[in-house]
Amino acid sequence: MGEITLERMSDEYFDVLKELGNIGAGNATTALAQMMQCKVDMSVPQVKLLEFKELGELMGGEEMIMAGIYLGIEGDITGSIMFLLEKTAARHLVSKLMGMAPEGEDFSEMELSALKEVGNIITGAYLNSLSGLTNLVIYPSVPDLCVDMAGAILSVPAIEFGALGDKILLIQTQFFDEMVLDGYFILIPDLASYGRILSALGLD
Amino acid sequence: MGNVIKVGMADLNVCVSPDSITTLGLGSCVGIALRDPVTKIGGLAHIMLPDSTSIRNNANIPKFADTGIEELVKRVVAKGANRGRLVAKIAGGAQMFAFQSKNEMVRVGERNVEATKKKLAQLKIPILAEDTGKNYGRTVIFYPETGDFVIRAVGKQEYMI
Repeated sequence: MGEITLERMSDEYFDVLKELGNIGAGNATTALAQMMQCKVDMSVPQVKLLEFKELGELMGGEEMIMAGIYLGIEGDITGSIMFLLEKTAARHLVSKLMGMAPEGEDFSEMELSALKEVGNIITGAYLNSLSGLTNLVIYPSVPDLCVDMAGAILSVPAIEFGALGDKILLIQTQFFDEMVLDGYFILIPDLASYGRILSALGLD
Repeated sequence: MGNVIKVGMADLNVCVSPDSITTLGLGSCVGIALRDPVTKIGGLAHIMLPDSTSIRNNANIPKFADTGIEELVKRVVAKGANRGRLVAKIAGGAQMFAFQSKNEMVRVGERNVEATKKKLAQLKIPILAEDTGKNYGRTVIFYPETGDFVIRAVGKQEYMI
């Protein structure tokens, strides 16, 4: 298979990536519900191919404070995955998980560590479904967490995409329990891995 | 007070006093502000990657430190700034995550800062001040009237370089 760039990707490929995004986010929601031991609903994820400058605006502005969980991927495909959640939503999740109300403005060490675990489980479920669908071996690395401005966190995946092209592939999912939680997945396979994912699905 | 001009990621623009120019949420990217102190004409670039020559898909000029800075110089001079009087201030280039996945992406913030300094030195534009590295995001606002480069970060007092 020749080299693929996001700009030159055919509609068929894009639809496949969309569907992978849907299934992955669905699995992530199930994992979230199990972890929280309550019902969590999910809206149909939206898969978007965005210009870098559109990124921050989508998430409520570049200065919106978000929690980003970032992992490397190794195995048959390589790259990285990021899960982003708005700060108040992240606090809500963590307080629910820990069974206590959040204290103060900022995350405590304990809350940060719980949040990292939430991210780990959500991204793990996402990657598991990708691996199951493609029969590719995917190993996630230890996750890392960052709470900062959306623009600053997004600069990391944007730079990785930036080495390949001028756009970024984003999967937006809304979760609902008592409140609406806007979550975003960004899967960043390297170029060779795009090819491998698509050929594993029989699309050469 | 003039207007505030907004510069996006992998973007650049010029700015004339009394207007100011801003870019929001710089992470590993670097913001480069140029100014001619006499005409009070300035500009701001938000670059993402250090080197256009190491990447095949490099048509997006403001994305790279080397081509972005050259373009910014061209644009401020076209606006009426004197090439020989230009001075710079830079900010950004943080490492947002302790781990970064791919080898080439390790220290990309630091490499963006290095490439920026190298390009400015090559163009003989002095750097008057910098606020780079560390591990947090920055919003910057540049005022060509005074040359003030105001920096905002989460959980910190606004400061100026």
